Amino acid sequence: MTALNALVPGASAPQLLLVAALLLPLLGAVAALLPAPPGLRGRSPEQAVLRHGVTVTGAVLLATVVLAAGFDYDRAGDIQAESDVSWIPAFGIRLHFGVDGISLPLLVLTALLCFLCALYSYFVAPPRGAGSPKAFVALLLVLETGVLATFAVLDLVLFFLAFEMVLIPMYFLIARWGGAGRAPAAWKFVLYTLLGSVVMLLGLLLIGLQGGTFDMVALATDNGASLTRTTQLVAVLAIGVGLAVKTPMWPLHSWLPDAHTSAPTVGSVLLAGVLLKMGTYGLVRIVLPIAPEGAAHFAPYLGAFAVVGILYGSLACLALVRRGAGGDLKRLIAYSSVGHMGFVLLGIATLTRTGVNGALFANVAHGLITGLLFFLVGALKERTGSTDLDRLAATDGAALYGRSPRLGGLLAFAAIASLGLPGLAGFWGEMLALLGAYDPAEGLSRPTYLVFMVLAAFGTLLTAAYLLLVVRRVCMGDPNEAPRPPADTTPSAPDTTISSPTSSPASSPAPAPSPETGSGAAGPALSAPTSAAFPDVRGYEYAAWVPLVALTLLTGLWPGLLLHLTNPAVQNLLPGVTR
Amino acid sequence: MTYAAADLVQSVDWVALAPPTVVTVAALVLLVADLFVDERRKPLLGWGAVLATVLAGLSLLPLVGERRSTFCLVGDPGSCSYTADTFTLTVQLLVLGAALITALLSLTLVRDAKLPAGEYWFLLLASTAGAVLLPAARDLATLVIALEVASLPVFALLALRAGDRRGSEAALKFFLSSVAATAVTLMGVSLLYAATGSLHLNRVATGLEEVDPQLETLAAAGVVLTLVGFAFKTAVVPFHFWVPDTYVGAPVPVAAFLSVVGKAVGFVGLILVTLLAFPGHADTWAPAVAVLAALTMSVGNLAAMRQRAETRHSAVRLLAWSSVGQAGYLIVPLAAAGYMSGEEPLRVVGASLSYALMYAAVNLGAFAVATHVARSAPANRLTDYRGLYARNPPAALALGFFLLCLAGLPPGVIGLFAKVAVFGAAVDAGLGWLAVVMALNVVLGLVYYLRWTALLFQPAADPAADPAAGPEADPATRPASASGVRARTTTPLRGPTALAVALTACVAVVLSGLPQLALRFASTTLF
Repeated sequence: MTALNALVPGASAPQLLLVAALLLPLLGAVAALLPAPPGLRGRSPEQAVLRHGVTVTGAVLLATVVLAAGFDYDRAGDIQAESDVSWIPAFGIRLHFGVDGISLPLLVLTALLCFLCALYSYFVAPPRGAGSPKAFVALLLVLETGVLATFAVLDLVLFFLAFEMVLIPMYFLIARWGGAGRAPAAWKFVLYTLLGSVVMLLGLLLIGLQGGTFDMVALATDNGASLTRTTQLVAVLAIGVGLAVKTPMWPLHSWLPDAHTSAPTVGSVLLAGVLLKMGTYGLVRIVLPIAPEGAAHFAPYLGAFAVVGILYGSLACLALVRRGAGGDLKRLIAYSSVGHMGFVLLGIATLTRTGVNGALFANVAHGLITGLLFFLVGALKERTGSTDLDRLAATDGAALYGRSPRLGGLLAFAAIASLGLPGLAGFWGEMLALLGAYDPAEGLSRPTYLVFMVLAAFGTLLTAAYLLLVVRRVCMGDPNEAPRPPADTTPSAPDTTISSPTSSPASSPAPAPSPETGSGAAGPALSAPTSAAFPDVRGYEYAAWVPLVALTLLTGLWPGLLLHLTNPAVQNLLPGVTR
Repeated sequence: MTYAAADLVQSVDWVALAPPTVVTVAALVLLVADLFVDERRKPLLGWGAVLATVLAGLSLLPLVGERRSTFCLVGDPGSCSYTADTFTLTVQLLVLGAALITALLSLTLVRDAKLPAGEYWFLLLASTAGAVLLPAARDLATLVIALEVASLPVFALLALRAGDRRGSEAALKFFLSSVAATAVTLMGVSLLYAATGSLHLNRVATGLEEVDPQLETLAAAGVVLTLVGFAFKTAVVPFHFWVPDTYVGAPVPVAAFLSVVGKAVGFVGLILVTLLAFPGHADTWAPAVAVLAALTMSVGNLAAMRQRAETRHSAVRLLAWSSVGQAGYLIVPLAAAGYMSGEEPLRVVGASLSYALMYAAVNLGAFAVATHVARSAPANRLTDYRGLYARNPPAALALGFFLLCLAGLPPGVIGLFAKVAVFGAAVDAGLGWLAVVMALNVVLGLVYYLRWTALLFQPAADPAADPAAGPEADPATRPASASGVRARTTTPLRGPTALAVALTACVAVVLSGLPQLALRFASTTLF
């Protein structure tokens, strides 16, 4: 009914595009579970369904790109492509969708990362035995629907539903296709986020019942005028906890390293690239405009936790990167995410335009860079069978530059982007967040924020330190000294040439090693006399990674592209703030 | 008091009476027909019962949107014994739907367990008839009679399996405690009659307001005692102790029937009695109901959470305890209604009705899948559900959806909103503490519902290493259990059970897409 109502004649093209982008993956997920129709069977059912995933996510990406192209950039602060249909009159809940300058980049980022993940999975089929590729593709598409919906809905209850919708597919992606320790990690992920979102639901209901409506636009326009101060404080606390778990904010982050370590490559990319954004997006979209008094009250605490997160994340990474610490590369990137998301939270905590713009920028940049990093580490794991730094690097270093120069170069690029080198995407968000903290909104204690700024700036140094150490240990070294990949996980065909993106998954080199054998059998297999070199970047890997590299460069060199989009919307969310 | 002869002959509105009448007549017809139908044709009786529930459901259609009363007092046309209004129709629809699903599930049971067909269908329909009559009853005598007509056949259904010791024990346990509860209720009713001089709910209500001060204590005692029988049927703590053993001892379809219709009968009786007969005594029963609601949900959820997956019948046991917990949510709006005044209470209990609709569809669905699993794994342990998705994807997906609805998690949207409606009722009434208890209980519920859901999708355990072959597995039975595993892999969801699962799943999915269908009761006055 809802979709039909939106499809009635008179609906504008952007409206239809947005609704299509939300519905396509959902329908695609259902279609993925059905047998393929004749003509689309492909070489095997697995190949057909993986191709189906690429097609659907590609169509969604196309829809969002066209939506972005048709976006009226002069009115970036307004909600565009809006559809608003009554759903549950008993509670006044409406199916209200739309995009503005804040949600548009995140929508495109989500669609892009989902497409790249589907593309990557097409060539590196998810491990067999865990579950059928059908289920994998269906879950991926449901996940995409949930994330896209989170960024597009304008109703508090729908926001909660979309937020929750992501949980189940992510649980299964980790629990069925993950590596060692996946079951407890997936369970921890579900419990943390679930408990957080139950608390968040209470806060959302409180706002809805007190404010008389669940409509985010109406509530944001109202700017908290119909909510008492107590309501705002309680609501911000409840919603904040739910969103902080997802972000994750220190000290609620402890599910993240486990989830990342155990998740399959695609799961990690999506978790870091888009799922974490949902938390910070919620803070900007719901907490700041709807409960400004509550936000102002808790902002210093948020800032403090953010700074602790920055320092804690980078110190944890420094500890992991040490020789002999047995640090896992994926775990390290997960902790670095805690740090990076700390900058996002700090930007939001300043309650200034500068800071919030910086936060939104850092959000997107983190999605691009960390997504790329997880892709690269996944590729490394596929080649060497391990992400354990000590096993990879042994005494001297993994010598990626020597053994696989392009992969090594890309890893170094991503690491440097992640540490915030000017000219790359990571820089602007962090700089704007720090700038915002230098001069926070009125009513906030400036000395406190100056301390935050100094500590966060120190955190950037630590970040640079551990990322350079990672580059040192993984990329550098003597290729002949470097530990060899275990025999059982070496690619079956020594295919050092770049295979074309059209090669079938069946004939694509390197079936992904099963994680258990990968980590368990690596030790004894070290003695196997195999070549230390391994295949360099393959064609499909270029296809999956080059867009991320290009966008990292583009947003880094031309930050105005994003800031022109977010700034008008941020001005709407923070009325009365001039900085 | 003398009346003209013409006044003594009541005109009976048979259209309004159609739903219980159809079911009753069908029950008698099936009982008699059983004598004349030869053994091969016995399954037809079952389909007759299915048809009867459908027909009774269709007979609700002409009544929609109307308010009809019959069996009214000659001198006071406002005091009627039978009223068909929105509330009545909704509950009747719920009961008939539940009876339909139970009948579908029982078709295979009656055939496989060689139960006496005529008796089984008669008892099932008789109980249904009582449950259909109850929401329409507007005097205490009819209420108690309907309550007993709904319950007594269930004792027999429980004991019907010849030579099943556990079934007989369950039946006896249920019977004795139920009779005691009914006796207490009758005592209460007689006290009320003594105090007010009437049995009609509306007259009791007015009578209680102007009761002789000397009889005040008597009336209050009557109010409390009357509620006991209904609380027992709803399985409200502390009247819940019969639930787990009875459910486990019962054939799974009967347990399903009991968990939905039995509860509906109880809580509908509670609503009618408290709101229509005792509105003036709200300060007596409302705090009690609020405390009972809190206790019920906490005890039910805690016990459900403590179920160990490997013990026999743990699946049904978990459903039994979770249904106790759900009964707690069901009566929260009733407690809230006690704290409101004017027309508000009649509106607030709509949340109960919305919740009951959701619960009925979803719980029946869960029991339907449990029936299916019990066929190949009679022990019905939670561990038997491990890897159900790999063996039987539709059953696993349906069960997963039902469990998420019960937990109140998306994609079980209707479960979430039904809980929100109940929650809103508590908050509106100023029962903040009850809302908090409820929120905590929802979290408890999440744990065990999710644990079970996760089990469905885990890879199946290796039968050789399966410790669940467990206590009774000596070498002689091991091959049998191994073949049981193989049999499980080959049992697809077919026949009437599949139809039952599909029906409940459809209702749950449609309600999740269009929650307004169920939630409109939460915002309208029903009586």
